[in-house]
Amino acid sequence: MKKPVSGKKSIKQIKFKKAGDMPPVAISLASMLYNKTGKWRSIRPVIDLNKCTSCMLCWKFCPDVAIKNIDGKPYIDLDYCKGCAICIEECPVKAVRVEEEKK
Amino acid sequence: MGRGKDMNAVRKLSIPEIELMSPGHVACQGCGATLAFRYALKALGRKTIVIIPACCWSVIDGPFPHSSAGVPLFHTAFETAASTTSGVKAALEVKGNSDVSALAWAGDGGTMDIGIQALSGAVERGDDIIYVCYDNEAYMNTGIQRSSSTPHGAWTTTTPAKNFKKGPKKNMVEIMLAHKIPYTATANIAFPEDFIAKLQKARAIKGPKFIQILSPCPVGWKFPSHLTIKVAKLAFETCIYPVYEVENSRYTIKRPNTKKPVKLYLEQQGRFRHLTDSTIDEIQENVDREWEILLNRESASHVEAAKA
Amino acid sequence: MKKVITGNHTVSFGVKSARVEVIAAYPITPQTEVVEKLSEMVADGELKARFIKVESEHSAMAACIGASATGARAFTATSSQGLALMHEMLHWATGARVPVVMANINRSLGPPWNIWSEQTDSLSQRDTGWLQFYCENNQEILDTIIQAFKICEKVSLPGMVVLDAFYHSHTAEPVDIPDQKLVDRFLPPYNPEYKLDINDPHTFGGLTGPEYYYELRYKIQKAMVESVDIIKSVGKEYGNMTGRNYGLIEEYKTTGAKQLLVASGAMAETAKDAIDILRKKNKKVGLLRVRAFRPFPKEDLKKAMSKAEVVGVIDRNISLGNEGIFFQEIKSALYNEKRRPAIYGFIAGLGGRDVLEDEIVRIAEDISKRSFKKEITWVGAKI
Repeated sequence: MKKPVSGKKSIKQIKFKKAGDMPPVAISLASMLYNKTGKWRSIRPVIDLNKCTSCMLCWKFCPDVAIKNIDGKPYIDLDYCKGCAICIEECPVKAVRVEEEKK
Repeated sequence: MGRGKDMNAVRKLSIPEIELMSPGHVACQGCGATLAFRYALKALGRKTIVIIPACCWSVIDGPFPHSSAGVPLFHTAFETAASTTSGVKAALEVKGNSDVSALAWAGDGGTMDIGIQALSGAVERGDDIIYVCYDNEAYMNTGIQRSSSTPHGAWTTTTPAKNFKKGPKKNMVEIMLAHKIPYTATANIAFPEDFIAKLQKARAIKGPKFIQILSPCPVGWKFPSHLTIKVAKLAFETCIYPVYEVENSRYTIKRPNTKKPVKLYLEQQGRFRHLTDSTIDEIQENVDREWEILLNRESASHVEAAKA
Repeated sequence: MKKVITGNHTVSFGVKSARVEVIAAYPITPQTEVVEKLSEMVADGELKARFIKVESEHSAMAACIGASATGARAFTATSSQGLALMHEMLHWATGARVPVVMANINRSLGPPWNIWSEQTDSLSQRDTGWLQFYCENNQEILDTIIQAFKICEKVSLPGMVVLDAFYHSHTAEPVDIPDQKLVDRFLPPYNPEYKLDINDPHTFGGLTGPEYYYELRYKIQKAMVESVDIIKSVGKEYGNMTGRNYGLIEEYKTTGAKQLLVASGAMAETAKDAIDILRKKNKKVGLLRVRAFRPFPKEDLKKAMSKAEVVGVIDRNISLGNEGIFFQEIKSALYNEKRRPAIYGFIAGLGGRDVLEDEIVRIAEDISKRSFKKEITWVGAKI
C-alpha cells in the first residue's frame, strides 16, 4: 500500500479515478479549503475599517474562520464567508454593514 | 492566518490566534457547535487527538478524503466516544506519548443518551481523557429530535408544539460529580476565553475531565443565524444555562451582572414560540429554583473546602 | 516451554507471547479465565500492556479500535452475548482497517440461558469482515493467536480466534509455548502505515458518499482474498519455527476417501477418532477440518472434495430457518463445479450437547448408503 502524499495546504479537491489510487482506509489527505462555502451566501458583510476599533470580536465569533486578522485588522475572506451575519450583530461599533449578495 | 506585525494589535486577541480548524467545513450558517470546536482546538493545540462519535461534527468535518481538522481525528460509532477515547489514550500511554491529549467530542445525544454508559465507565475507571459535550439540546444532525438534553417546553420534531418536551433536561454535571470526577464544567460559546481556560485547566489535570458547552443551533432552535452569540449570552444572563466549574468538589459559578428574565431568552427562539405565559412562568420558577440550588452548592462546597 | 494449561490460559499465554500492548475486556462465562490471567500478567509486569477494564463488550471493542488506530497491538476476548453486543463495533473495526485480534469462546446464545459450546455466536458475525479461525485443541489456540496478529497486521483486518466453551476453555492440555526470542522474530512490533499521529494528522472514517464507499468495500474484500495466501505463508513460516504447520483446512486420512466428513473446532478431534475407527473397518472415509472460516477456503475445499462421492457436514450451529452454516457455505462453494459430490447436513451438539464418536461413525455410515437422501439430520436430538 503506497502512502499518498499528504496535502494539507492544497485548495484543490482530491478526486480518485480508481480504487488503486485510494488509501486502504477512509483517511483525509487534505483540508476542506477546496470547498468555497462563500457561494452559500445570500448577504455580504462589509467592514468599514475607518469605524473598526480592532477589537476582533468579529474574528473571534466567526464559525467559518472567514475573518482574517491582518496586522490587527479584520478582513473578510469572501471565499468562505457563509453570510451568517454574526459579525454584523456582534460588532460593538456597528462597523460591519450588510449588502445584498449580487448573484 | 496572517500573523499581525503590529504587536499591540496581536496582544489584543483574547484567545489563541492558532487556527486548527480549516474554513470550507460544511456546518450550517451560524453554527454554535462549530465555534465550540474552533475554540477547543485553539485551547488544546496540535498535541491533541480527537475522537468524534455520530453527531453534527460527523458531517461538519467534511467528506473523505478531506477534513477541516488540523489534528488527528477518529470518527467512531454513536455510543463509543468515551470508550474509543480511552483506547486511544491507553495506546498513547503505552507508547510513551502521555503528553498528547485525547479529546472526545460528542453531541448531547451521544453523551447523555446512547453514550452515557461508556462515559460513566471511562470516568469511573479514572481514564485520563477530556470529554466535551457540545450541547445543542436535541438530535440536530438527524433533524431536531428530542434528546434527554432537550429543555422543558421545547418544540422538537418528536415533541411537537401540542405536546412539547416535558420535564427538565438531564444534569450531566451532577451525574459526573456522582462519579467523583476531578474536574467538570459547563461553558458557553459566547465566552470562548472561559471555555479555553477550562480546557487548558482540564488538560493539566490527570484523570477524566468533562466539559459541557452550550452551542446554540439556529436551525434547530429556530432563530436567525446572526443571533447565535446573542442567544448564547442570554442563556447565561437569564441563568437558564449556568456557567460554572467544579474542581475537586469545589464549585465556582460565573455570575451575570444582573439576572435577566428567562422570557428574553425564550422569545428569541421559535422552538419556544408556542409557550403560554403560564408555562413561561413555570420555566422562570424552575430557573430560579435551580439557580438557588447551584448557588447553595457553591457556598456549601466552599465551606467544605475551608474545613478540609 | 511445555505447560499443561486450559484453553483459556492458553489464550492468555498467546497474548503475552504476541506482546499485546492494549487489552480491553469485559467478563463473561466461559471467557473469564482469559482476562483474569491477563490481569495477573499485566499486574506482575510480565506483560507490558495497559488493561482497560471496560463496562461492556461494546466498549471493549471500541477501546481496542481506538488503541489499534493509535498504533498499539490490541486484544480482547469474549463469548456469546458479549460478541453479539459487540456486533456494531466488529463492522467498525473492519471499516477502520484495524488489526484487532480477539478470542471468542463459542457459547450458545440465550434465551434460555446456556453457557455451553455452540458456534452460532461467531458464525453470526460472518459478514462483519473479520478473519475467523476455528481451533481444534489448545496447542492450536496458542499458535493461532500468535499467527493471527501477524496475518491481520499484514492485511489490515481484524481477526477472531475461536475456541469451544469447556471442551477447550476449561480443559487442560499440554501446550508448547515457543521461545520468546523466536516469537519476537516471527512477529515484529506493530507499526502501521496509517495511525492517529500528531506529527502526521489525518482524519479517519470521514463521511464517504456512494462515489468512494463502494471502492473502499472492494478493497476490504480484496484484502480478504489476499489473506488466503498470507494465512498459508504465515502458517508455513510458523511451521518452520515450531514444526507445527497450519493452513486454511486440514485433511485427515482423506487419501482414497470416497466419503468425507467436514467438521470444525473441538468436534473435529472427536471426528478424527471416528475416522480412525472407520478406517480400521476399511471404510474409505476421511475428514476435512475447516480452520479458516473467513476468508472461506473455497479453493482448498473444492480441491479436497474433487474426488469425493458424498460429503457429510457436521455443524455445531444453525442458521435458523435454513440449515447449518458450514453446510450452506460449502454447498455454495461447490455449486459451479462440474463434478460435485452429494452433500448432506448434520446439526449436532447445539447448546453443548456432547457429540460422541459413535454418532459420528453413524453419520459416515448413513451417508455411505445410496438410499440416504435426508438433507438435514438432527444428530442425537430427542425428536
